[in-house]
Amino acid sequence: MNVRKEFARAVTAMVAFVVALGLLYPLVITGIGQLAFRDNANGQRIYVHGRLVGSKLIGQSFASPVERNGRPEMSGGAPVTRPDPRYFQTRPSGTSPADNAAATSFANYGPNSIVTERVIAANIAAYIALNGRYYPGGLTAAKVPVDAADTSASGIDPDISVANARIQAHRVAAVRHLSLATVNALIARYTSGRGLGFSGEPGVDVLELNLALDRLTGRN
Amino acid sequence: MTLSGWGTIAAFAVSLTLLALPLGRYMAAVYTGQWTVLEPVMRHPERWLYRLLRVDPHRGQDWRSYARSLILFSLAGWLILYLVLRSQGLWNFTGLNPMRFASAPWNVTFNTASSFVTNTNWQYYSGETTLSYFSQMAGLTVQNFVSAAVGIVVAVALIRGIAKRVTDRDAAEANSIGNFYGDLVRTILYVLLPISTVVGIVLIWQGSIQNFSPYLSFTGVTHLAQRIAMGPVASQEAIKLLGTNGGGFFNTNSAHPFENPTGLSNFVEMLTVLIIPAALVFTYGRMVGNRRQGYAIYTTMMVMFLGAVIVCYVAEAHGSPAQHAAGLHTAAIAGSSGGNMEGKEQRFGIAGSALFNVVTTVTSCGAVNSAIESFTGIGGAVPFANLSASEVIFGGVGSGLYSILLYVLLAVFIGGLMVGRTPEYIGKKIEAREIKLVALGILITPLAALLSTALATASRAGRASIDTAVAHGPQAFSETLYAYLSQANNNGSSFAGYTGYVGHVGNGAGSHGITFADLLGGMTMLFARYAPILFALAVAGTLVSKRVSPAGLGTMRTDNGTFVVLLIGVILLVGALTFFPALLLGPIVQGLTGHLYPGAGR
Repeated sequence: MNVRKEFARAVTAMVAFVVALGLLYPLVITGIGQLAFRDNANGQRIYVHGRLVGSKLIGQSFASPVERNGRPEMSGGAPVTRPDPRYFQTRPSGTSPADNAAATSFANYGPNSIVTERVIAANIAAYIALNGRYYPGGLTAAKVPVDAADTSASGIDPDISVANARIQAHRVAAVRHLSLATVNALIARYTSGRGLGFSGEPGVDVLELNLALDRLTGRN
Repeated sequence: MTLSGWGTIAAFAVSLTLLALPLGRYMAAVYTGQWTVLEPVMRHPERWLYRLLRVDPHRGQDWRSYARSLILFSLAGWLILYLVLRSQGLWNFTGLNPMRFASAPWNVTFNTASSFVTNTNWQYYSGETTLSYFSQMAGLTVQNFVSAAVGIVVAVALIRGIAKRVTDRDAAEANSIGNFYGDLVRTILYVLLPISTVVGIVLIWQGSIQNFSPYLSFTGVTHLAQRIAMGPVASQEAIKLLGTNGGGFFNTNSAHPFENPTGLSNFVEMLTVLIIPAALVFTYGRMVGNRRQGYAIYTTMMVMFLGAVIVCYVAEAHGSPAQHAAGLHTAAIAGSSGGNMEGKEQRFGIAGSALFNVVTTVTSCGAVNSAIESFTGIGGAVPFANLSASEVIFGGVGSGLYSILLYVLLAVFIGGLMVGRTPEYIGKKIEAREIKLVALGILITPLAALLSTALATASRAGRASIDTAVAHGPQAFSETLYAYLSQANNNGSSFAGYTGYVGHVGNGAGSHGITFADLLGGMTMLFARYAPILFALAVAGTLVSKRVSPAGLGTMRTDNGTFVVLLIGVILLVGALTFFPALLLGPIVQGLTGHLYPGAGR
């Protein structure tokens, strides 16, 4: 066998595969996706009054910029934020800046690391500071659901656990002057169950839930 | 641990077996040239490709000729991929680089090209901040198909070597193990393309995206700036899993909601990873004319797989020392799965993350839906152990089968020594030449992994890749060992703190590759992919023309429970003997002591 001839054949084959598998195949899938599941294929974008505010599948930060003397306070070029008590809060994120869905990143906190312990302890403290005074009987570290203290994988986890949502519900209901039953009903509506009834865990979509609250009570 | 968690694992094992049986039969038909249901659709592109390439798929090649075609094809693939990635800006006219990304530097690109051509999909770059849609499609998606096909055709050639009967003998075809391009084209057209099309559509139905839109930029509900990456994700996701490639479109891989949107998509993705490696075992049983041989290997794989899943699930459900030290309660309660949710997504939970992790590390897939670096010591030791078993528990598409067949021959040899008979397998005598090739084929991967780890641990340039912000002591060693174990096994999953491309997340300013890690990793992947392939093809070449002796009373049976136990023993022994000391220094010491180690902090 002639090596040069065989190499030319290999290059020809690769060029054919680039056209067929690298261009035609993705284009065909795009065509089918855009025709059959247009909303999904474009990322389940959510608009409020015609303005894009997010994607159902992408967790975003529900913190508000902190103002000082009528101006947003800055630190290191980024605005200082604090969790907005009117909204359910998403899970801790390892993506920087938080919830930047154009540069996702794992946090990579190891199981036997003092760094990890400190991060988790800080997340617990922040959760208790935000929700503790609204929760009947007060919150302790032992009552904080793991998903509220552990960093998510994608950094943009759209969901929180039902236990986490039900604790935050006390705060949101109090701040928005709603009954707890109303808020819990909304949580139930935006909880997706397990796939086929067994695969995965139920999760509450935080963006959808918060937008439903805004529709109910207005932004304030 | 929860009932639904165990239910998921049980349902997965059953669904996999039920899907793999018919696919195994179908693939046997594909590789023996029989009529298949896709013939009417695929016959025309198949013939057109043969004409373009001027190949006669019926003309057999001996192992040397087959290997030469394979190596030259892979070389051409490597060069084209490298060029596509390095010339990213030149393709802006196609409109497929809306974010105007420039190419990654040469060292990172060397690593990436080697990674995707070898079916490894180790990623030092971050997809959504480095690659254009054109590079993802014309570069990576293409290699996801063809590198998978290369693995499969080697397995098919080895099967032919074992299966071929002496009566087939005629002068021209005596040493033939098949035709490389015939096998390659049929694998892509009849197996990979149809299944990945179906899976891609299922993923879009579940919520994966598939578009060419620029990234979304807007202000969110609380008026903070938000950005969301877009792209043709589902088409690449499907073949990334089906071909046990594993390279994510996004940096966070299958944890990203656009790659893996729901609990159901997670289940489908796991099945997609294992379906071909599992089916090929049944294909093997059919092609050697004794389906029980396939069932024996399948049982071996399934037993080891389930063992790994159980250990990982129990460990992750228990939680980590860091969580407990911080005061968290990790038991399952109403409305929360509990357990070690650090680096895991809510929609998958503990079971869906542990199972996905085992599925993608027993195979050479290496996709992740959770941060392996954040797994508990024992839970994280499971992927280590899976890699240490050299990816033979199902393994990569094709590579899993040809690797476990080497172990089967070794087990037959050891069994033969124990009973004092000339070892033979499916009627063919296993002699000195085969055993030498088998031993080399088996030892190459651990050798590459451990040598590279040693180099990277002992040198300052190697230690520059460690993420000192979070990793210290055993965690830092684990990062390094995992990196080279993963690259040598062509897996591609990682303890993701380990890096060969500094500062590439975010705006890319001041980013640079770490040449040592990029080159050592790239060469490890290339060496540990092609050396075992050559040994496997050489074994096929020596077995193919051997005379078949009828099974007698003294023949050791290789299709019963005793052989399954022997085979598991051999796999564990080789893996444990080569890797146990290294594993002790990393995950095992973490899992057993519960000690907390310091780190620089972020």
